[in-house]
Amino acid sequence: MQELLLKKISKMNRLLILGVGLLLVSVYFLPIWHISLDAPQYPEGLGMRIWIDKITGSSPYDLQNINLLNHYIGMHEIVSESVPELLFMPYVLGFLIFGAFVTFLHPKVYLVILGILNIIILGILGMYDFWRWEYNYGHNLNPDAPIVVPGMAYQPPLLGCKEMLNITACSFPSWGGIILFVSLGILVFVIWSEKRRIDVTK
Amino acid sequence: MILIGLGYGCKNGAATAALASDAAKRVYVAPGEKDEVYAFLSGGFSGQMSVYGIPSTRLFKIIPVFSVFPENGYGYDEETKNMLRTTHGYVPWDDSHHIEASMTDGKQDGRWLFLNANNTPRLARIDLRSFETKEIIEIPNSAGNHASPFATENTEYLMAATRFSVPIPQASVPIENFSKGDFKGTVSMVKVDPKSGRLSLELQILVPGFDYDLSHCGKGKSHDWCFFTSYNSEQAYKMIEVGASKNDKDYILAFNWVRAKQCLDQGKASNFGGEYYRNYLPENQPAISEKLSGVKMLQPKDCPGVMYYMPTPKSPHGTDVDPTGEYIVGGGKLATVIPVHSFSKLMEVKDKPEHRSGTIMDIPILKYESTLAGEVKKPCLGPLHTEFDGKGYAYTSCFVSSEVVKWELGTWEVEQHLPAYYSVGHLSIVGGSSKDPYGKYLIALNKITKDRYLPVGMELPQSAQLYDISGGKAELLSDFPTVGEPHYSQMIPAKLLMDKAAKIYPLEENKHPYAIKNEKDARVVREGNTVRVYMTQIRSHFKPDTIEVRSGDTVFFHVTNLEQDFDIPHGFAVGGAPEMPNLLIMPGQTRTFKWKAPKPGIYPFYCTDFCSALHQEMQQYIRVLP
Ligand SMILES: [Cu+2]
Repeated sequence: MQELLLKKISKMNRLLILGVGLLLVSVYFLPIWHISLDAPQYPEGLGMRIWIDKITGSSPYDLQNINLLNHYIGMHEIVSESVPELLFMPYVLGFLIFGAFVTFLHPKVYLVILGILNIIILGILGMYDFWRWEYNYGHNLNPDAPIVVPGMAYQPPLLGCKEMLNITACSFPSWGGIILFVSLGILVFVIWSEKRRIDVTK
Repeated sequence: MILIGLGYGCKNGAATAALASDAAKRVYVAPGEKDEVYAFLSGGFSGQMSVYGIPSTRLFKIIPVFSVFPENGYGYDEETKNMLRTTHGYVPWDDSHHIEASMTDGKQDGRWLFLNANNTPRLARIDLRSFETKEIIEIPNSAGNHASPFATENTEYLMAATRFSVPIPQASVPIENFSKGDFKGTVSMVKVDPKSGRLSLELQILVPGFDYDLSHCGKGKSHDWCFFTSYNSEQAYKMIEVGASKNDKDYILAFNWVRAKQCLDQGKASNFGGEYYRNYLPENQPAISEKLSGVKMLQPKDCPGVMYYMPTPKSPHGTDVDPTGEYIVGGGKLATVIPVHSFSKLMEVKDKPEHRSGTIMDIPILKYESTLAGEVKKPCLGPLHTEFDGKGYAYTSCFVSSEVVKWELGTWEVEQHLPAYYSVGHLSIVGGSSKDPYGKYLIALNKITKDRYLPVGMELPQSAQLYDISGGKAELLSDFPTVGEPHYSQMIPAKLLMDKAAKIYPLEENKHPYAIKNEKDARVVREGNTVRVYMTQIRSHFKPDTIEVRSGDTVFFHVTNLEQDFDIPHGFAVGGAPEMPNLLIMPGQTRTFKWKAPKPGIYPFYCTDFCSALHQEMQQYIRVLP
């Protein structure tokens, strides 16, 4: 085990790590997650994108229109400013990218494993945080809202689709999220191939 | 097809049924599917324009142009009431006849439509992104703006000629002086700014006092020319129906607008009186109404080569130029032939004295045979208007015999008679007046309906008929009632317009002086006896929602619709308001409702356009204090 952890990774894998670092930079410019809302009166659909540092509508006015729908059930207005996590998320991503470059310069397997753990921990925390926000938006409703359906909550799904009144809400990773998963996959591949090199030489 | 053919051979009834079900399929547009073509029909005496889908013939919209429209407040609110200003004051109605589509290189370009007002001479420009009237210009020194608004090949100019010749400048002269030459007509050249579409009156040409009826401009080789029909060359002024029908030939006036512009640039036009209004509606701002005065007037004698008269039998109505620009078809409404002039011949003979038979006001009259390309013999009774399918065929409407005749250019042979129900005036082919007809559908615009629909009292809807002209033989597909009198139409392929149609007014671009873009800015401001309410609308409430004013105050409700969602206008109406009807305010738009606060009491105001589940709750109160 120790042999693996302290192993210097191959040139090829080193370049892959560099690639992961560069790939992660694109996450600054791509939405991470996408929530779509479909309702009969919105044949063209409504959508929301979650970026590393902001929340926007899929089209320029979607967020305003989602908030307009939501005000009937007393949901708080969704605006980027109300999610403080978005303020430090760019630094978290920066930390991951920094880690990739450090690993490139100091190509040891244990650093790759650290990277994997970082992404997993951040992923879990991120998803938990996302779920918590969804929960709060969906449950903490204004009791004076025009439409109150007893027992009804409007928490969108974490992953997948869900019917809420006449609206189908679907939540899936977007390009940025996919890149995070792909990066994780590459790192796992690096470990696997390093382990295989040890096994082969034995 | 074989079955239909056999059926037609032996049993007429069966054939009709088979054809009818086939036609039904061809006009059926399934739920959720879109039509292939937009048809814009003028409203005649309604003063509006209506938008239909073809082939379904479903009515989509009425675009108010020259008449007030209580349904959405056009002509009433502070933003649009200036659109109807004229030198005669505020004119709330007109008679709209001809629709012209803007063109680039002779082809429809889907930017604007133009419409004339016949009664109080005006021209309007309708924007094809918002489907709203954006500009109206009055035509001075004119009475009865009928031969209008016909565009040159690149929409450089719109032509407008006088239907009712009158003394120019206006004067109270004995009416019998008409025949002594005291009455005149004018041809106006209205310039269209190629970028903005803004209209300006560049030049008028004084012409003999006939009744100028219709026009079409040339294309291709005849690019420099426009052709106007005229009737009453007799200059009759009593019992005109008899007096104006005496001459065997009246005239088509061939007008070289490029030459006219040259003469203008050479300083040959003189300053002339004439006041007129130009009303312009900038996006999301109140209409700007300017009073302008004076025009440049050109006399034909000062500009040789600018005009020629081509004799045309008898009281010609339509004058239509084929897609190649070579043939000018006259519709002699009392003639027994359809005369077709040749542009090449006109060019060849126009300046040769032996081809002239005289002059009127220094305008040479050419000999009929000299410019004639051919005549369609005995086509029908009362030929009026011709459009082209781009495949070498022409279709002419015949008012008296209630039919459309299809004939071939060049051979002048009639190919087919298509009955119309009844008394067809104009007809329209998709792109049929352009250089590039789409040539699939033809509509006949009829004046009389009689037995076509369920009777609804004495006034029956006027009607249009849809034909498929894509095959060898044209076929009647359906008929549909229309709004007002469907006078003329332009049909435009849907693909040219549908993706460009505006969905909202972006709020950030709203430059209305009284717009507010946030509920937090909603307020009531008193300026003496005037109260301005800066109001917002969003599903499903107003801000401010309760208002107090004093009896006798003049209250302006400047209402901004904060929605930025397609198809979510809100309405605004105040109970018992005597001078204002409903307002429909588009997403991102600001409009103003002016209200004189009446006797003390509580007056409700509410949203009139069913906007949301809580639309019925979108209502509040104004308290009027003593
Ligand atoms: Cu409303």
